[in-house]
Amino acid sequence: MKKVVNNKAWFLVLPVVVLVAFSAIIPLMTVVNYSVQDIFDVNNAYFVGAEWYRDILQNPRLQDSLVRQFIFSFFVLLIEIPLGIAVALMMPTKGARASLCLILLAIPLLIPLNVVGTIWQVFGRTDIGLFGWTLTHLGMDYNYASNPIDAWFTVLLMDVWHWTSLVALLCYSGLRAIPDVYYQAASIDRASGWAIFRYIQLPKLQSVLVIGVLLRFMDSFMIYTEPFVLTGGGPGNSTTFLSQTLTQMAIGQFDVGPAAAFSLIYFLIVLLVSWLFFTTISHMDKAK
Amino acid sequence: MAEIHLKKLAHSYSANPKFTSEYAIREMDHVWEQGGAYALLGPSGCGKSTLLNIISGLLSPSEGEVLFDGERVNDLTPSQRNIAQVFQFPVIYDSMTVFDNLAFPLRNMKVPESKVKKKVFEIAEILELQDVLHNKAKNLSADEKQKVSMGRGLVRDDVSAILFDEPLTVIDPHLKWKLRRKLKQIHEQFNITMVYVTHDQLEAATFADKIALMYDGNIVQFGTPRELFEKPNHTFVGYFIGSPGMNFIEVARCAGGVEFAGITFPVDAGIQDILDQVPTDNLKLGIRPEFVHVCAESIEGSFECDIKHIEDLGTYKIITLDLKGRTLKARIDEDQQIPEHKVYVSFPKQWLKLYVDEYLIEGDSE
Repeated sequence: MKKVVNNKAWFLVLPVVVLVAFSAIIPLMTVVNYSVQDIFDVNNAYFVGAEWYRDILQNPRLQDSLVRQFIFSFFVLLIEIPLGIAVALMMPTKGARASLCLILLAIPLLIPLNVVGTIWQVFGRTDIGLFGWTLTHLGMDYNYASNPIDAWFTVLLMDVWHWTSLVALLCYSGLRAIPDVYYQAASIDRASGWAIFRYIQLPKLQSVLVIGVLLRFMDSFMIYTEPFVLTGGGPGNSTTFLSQTLTQMAIGQFDVGPAAAFSLIYFLIVLLVSWLFFTTISHMDKAK
Repeated sequence: MAEIHLKKLAHSYSANPKFTSEYAIREMDHVWEQGGAYALLGPSGCGKSTLLNIISGLLSPSEGEVLFDGERVNDLTPSQRNIAQVFQFPVIYDSMTVFDNLAFPLRNMKVPESKVKKKVFEIAEILELQDVLHNKAKNLSADEKQKVSMGRGLVRDDVSAILFDEPLTVIDPHLKWKLRRKLKQIHEQFNITMVYVTHDQLEAATFADKIALMYDGNIVQFGTPRELFEKPNHTFVGYFIGSPGMNFIEVARCAGGVEFAGITFPVDAGIQDILDQVPTDNLKLGIRPEFVHVCAESIEGSFECDIKHIEDLGTYKIITLDLKGRTLKARIDEDQQIPEHKVYVSFPKQWLKLYVDEYLIEGDSE
């Protein structure tokens, strides 16, 4: 076939270029722009190179919240993924009860983030909150506002309550997509319930679980609103996660340069971890 | 190893069936003998997969009994019945290697690992899977996957029967014959009862010693491929087996036989007796296109036909004829020369069959 040279065809990709430019490239570039300058006012901005990056990476506040952030995401995945699978396995497969379960599961996902924070803020209070009141009356010394372990526990519990549904719904759809004939074959092969889970259900859930883990990692790694409303990052800095540290820096102290450098590093961490996870999984698949 | 007896078996998917049309399987009595290779042949939706699932135990029949060597197994699960089943689409355990796939049923039965190894190697050799034994099963081609599914049935020493549910559907045509031959070989080697469901008459005929042809929830004929071809006992068998199917011409009673458009076909005394007893007017004459005798010139007992159409299929020709307003097909040799517009046909008496209410009527002489 003869190749026709038609440079006007380039105009056809223009809408996409414009769209991507406005949605991603331009906002990102302004951040890059801030991160390499020291800006005093509109007329006084100086190029500082990688200085902010060096600063930020040595900043103990950032290092602390980064560690906290990883611990938080680790626990979120550790609890929500197995729990989501378990919930999906226990759900009814069809009929009105299945629909009811789906609706009940979807409800937490529909609640605005700061409402979730407020709900748990009240729920955990020892004087008027059902949860805090019950724990206290059971003789536990529970106070999320003053005890860091209680605060962590409450923030994690809130996230599990809010987001396990997502994993469960993903797994539920994955389970429904397994053809009956696999279960029939397994029953003919005398597979035990555990073997069916281990060798049929879990492998077939792999693709939805990859999505689930990625979504839950990214979301939990960027968590801001709920702990901010619930604990305000406290007590002390014990539940101050990365995005809250960043917001304090950018808006509270108006350190635009370091905050911009911080944002980019933050973004790169999320990207890097997700990419590593995804490539590892795909490589494991290809291996013979 | 078992003889499978279906006793007064019927199945309906609705809870309270009132009409026969609500039955996926109409009441039947049938015996699959130990060690036989059987095909269950029929068009889509005739109930053959339902019947297979009832035999394997994936489905419990709503009426009647399934007996294995005389023992009622209605309420036993497939594993308790010791059935192996190969499905239309290959079922493999994705995360396991081929070896682990084949070993899976044995390991579930807690067979010692040394015996598992021996048995898996033995089966892998028969199925020619040795080279891929340690590969991940999910990366295999469709035919290899299907061999793995079959292998999982074969590794067990104790299977009473292996059931195949259209196992070659997803296999490339050039590999089909190879797998089919493999199956045949396995059958000879292991002497296991095998039931093979298919809608492909060629597949059925090459695999099975005996074919059960199903139509509308009934087994309408059970016999060797040759019997089904030469003596179809129902018009559906005649129509379904053969390519093209049997010719059927509606006929009416007349003195000494049956006739249509002024042509009389005399019938034997035995058939005449039966004809006299049944009131129905649903009478048909049937003859296979292969047995219609076609010649260029009029001979004794032949009828003049117009040629409507000739299909040349390379190794033979199918001609469509018009015999006094009735359409007939005939199959003739590639090199037989015939005139362009008119030919003469005759019907050898031994191949001319009479059907009353769609069922074959045979005289005592046969």
